[in-house]
Amino acid sequence: MLVDDLNREREMIISGHNACPGCGAALAVRYLTRALGPNLAIVLTASCWSIIAGAPPLTALKCPILHCPFPSAGSVGSGLKRGLEAKGKGDTTVVVLAGDGGTFDIGLQALSGAAQRNEDIIFVCYDNEAYMNTGMQTSSATPFGARTNTAPYPLFKEGRKKDIMQIMAAHGIPYAATATVAFPDDMEAKLKKAQSITGFRFIHVLSPCPPGWGSESADTVHLSRLAVQTGFFPLYEIHNGVDWKMTWMTDKSRLPLSAYLDRQRRFKQMDKEKIVALQEELDDEWYFLMNKVGPADRC
Amino acid sequence: MMAFEVINGSQAAAIAVQRAGIDLVAAYPITPQTVIVETLADFAAKGELGGEFVSLESEYSALSFCNGASAAGARVFTATASHGLAYMHEMIHWCSGARFPIVMANVNRAIGAPWCLDPDQGDSLSQRDTGWLQIYCSGAQEVFDTILQAFALSEELLLPCMVVFDGFYISHTYEAVDIPEIQDVGKFIGPPSFGAQVIPGEPGNLHGMASAENQQRLVRSRHEAMLRAPALYEEINGRYERLFGRKYGAIDAVMPPGARTAILTAGATAETVRWCLPDLEQTGLIQLRMFRPFPAKQLCAVLETYDIEKVLVVDRNCSIGAGGIFAQELKSALYGLARPPAVHDLILAGGVDLTGALIKNALSKMPLENRSTELWGVE
Ligand SMILES: Cc1ncc(C[n+]2csc(CCOP(=O)(O)OP(=O)(O)O)c2C)c(N)n1
Ligand code: SF4
Ligand SMILES: [Mg+2]
Repeated sequence: MLVDDLNREREMIISGHNACPGCGAALAVRYLTRALGPNLAIVLTASCWSIIAGAPPLTALKCPILHCPFPSAGSVGSGLKRGLEAKGKGDTTVVVLAGDGGTFDIGLQALSGAAQRNEDIIFVCYDNEAYMNTGMQTSSATPFGARTNTAPYPLFKEGRKKDIMQIMAAHGIPYAATATVAFPDDMEAKLKKAQSITGFRFIHVLSPCPPGWGSESADTVHLSRLAVQTGFFPLYEIHNGVDWKMTWMTDKSRLPLSAYLDRQRRFKQMDKEKIVALQEELDDEWYFLMNKVGPADRC
Repeated sequence: MMAFEVINGSQAAAIAVQRAGIDLVAAYPITPQTVIVETLADFAAKGELGGEFVSLESEYSALSFCNGASAAGARVFTATASHGLAYMHEMIHWCSGARFPIVMANVNRAIGAPWCLDPDQGDSLSQRDTGWLQIYCSGAQEVFDTILQAFALSEELLLPCMVVFDGFYISHTYEAVDIPEIQDVGKFIGPPSFGAQVIPGEPGNLHGMASAENQQRLVRSRHEAMLRAPALYEEINGRYERLFGRKYGAIDAVMPPGARTAILTAGATAETVRWCLPDLEQTGLIQLRMFRPFPAKQLCAVLETYDIEKVLVVDRNCSIGAGGIFAQELKSALYGLARPPAVHDLILAGGVDLTGALIKNALSKMPLENRSTELWGVE
């Protein structure tokens, strides 16, 4: 049997869904459901995925999807899991799926509550770095220097991208990890590990968005890889908030940031000064990360 | 077996929830609701709740949690008041649209600014268009009975139900309450049978995007389900009476012989009026219990049967720019009656206390030639 055929049997996403060509979020959920299915229930908050999932009675996934209001995902997921437990169905994996807006911004309070209570759910943030469902507006996950429709030229996103992983680590949750669709094996391994752990788990997936980022549809996987290779989106995992470990290491051989930025129109008018500022920000974060990780776990 | 206990309205609510065979309680504190969640927490601490007690980080999350648990087919309860209810607003709509039979107690309290703790009903009344059943109670016994009945009503209609009572006057006031044993309550309400929406292993795109046409179909089906509530409520109360000897209606009227004036009100003020009736001349009480759906037919029938000439509505609320809300709703229910009564409104917005003197004063300011008077509790 070919690997592809094996995967086809595990596939939970159904072709004909509503994502744009090259949507990183669609690919991320494809890998996610394949890794965690079939006994899976997804709580889905307002986001591009509300549309990708299709309009009932149609659906894009073979598992149940429970839509919920934008700020509520962490709490609806908590309730669903405990409700399933009360009804003798506690073996079902409950995944909360939210965009960066539903995670970093409007959903942060419910997310923090669920993490603090150590609810037995997997919260997956697919991060396309803006409010895409509503047409590419700035979120607190938008990187410094990017243009959005609420920061059009000559404006740009000011301030740093919020470090959601640090926030989650500070909750001391059993497991948190970053992932991208360019490293599907790494992503699958992290999801499976997450599934084997009880308590609150958080997965942060960078999800290129061709129309929002102004990138080529065919470039999504490549961009995801460049994000890792430039240190823009490092791959790592955190156990219990304290045990940090790189899962893909570039160290000093990080590619120059321009390799990543140049392929996206959202960074097009970024001048040299801002690129330097962004590089400095990433260097700071890299330094922070390396300190957290320690020499032994730089993989 | 029944036992009388001297308890307040909040404890009555909590005991009813415990007796109802609850799966999950989601809690967030706010005055004057705190005694409800603390009593439920006590049950949980003693291992007597029968379900799980979960403290959330906000009211919005408490109701969101109920939403998720209800999707799994669990029986859930939460309670709030005032700012907490307002903060839930988005989820209040969503729970009804998604047909989750959640029961929530709301303890009336004014909404700021400024901060105020008194029992203005504007918190629950400003949720009147969200598709929740709303039942107002005038005492602790009623709170106990109504919460049990609310689960039955809500789960049958697949509509959430808000059980409403006044802060302090009911939530913190003690009275003797007749509490049936848990096994007897089990004869009235068994384990939840409304079924889960989320069924692991089966695909389902629950509450995803709908067209305007489909949205209308869903709104209409909720509307029609809600209109079934008064008849179903009567049936439920019939069963309740056979088991426990008490029953309530969507409205409950007390009309002394010859009464041509009626005082219409909801909540604790109804109890005040009941006590004052012997002192009032030819005046009766119509206690509005069910507010959503609005029991227009039942109201008109009572007004016509007793040939009521004047109604004094006691509204512990005010829709600013329109007036007392119960009076507004009554007036619209009267549309089309051949000889509608005059409707006068005593507004106690802010949560002002109703006294016998206030009632008498209001009744004296309603000359027959006036069709409508607006009176305020505070000069
Ligand atoms: C309370 C509320 N405010 C605003 C919206 C409108 N809205 C729907 S989706 C969305 C953006 C979602 O952004 P994100 O979470 O990043 O997901 P994405 O669309 O990028 O996939 C917004 C603003 C809403 N549904 N609810
Ligand atoms: S806008 Fe972006 S995130 Fe949304 S479906 Fe299209 S590619 Fe995916
Ligand atoms: Mg986004």
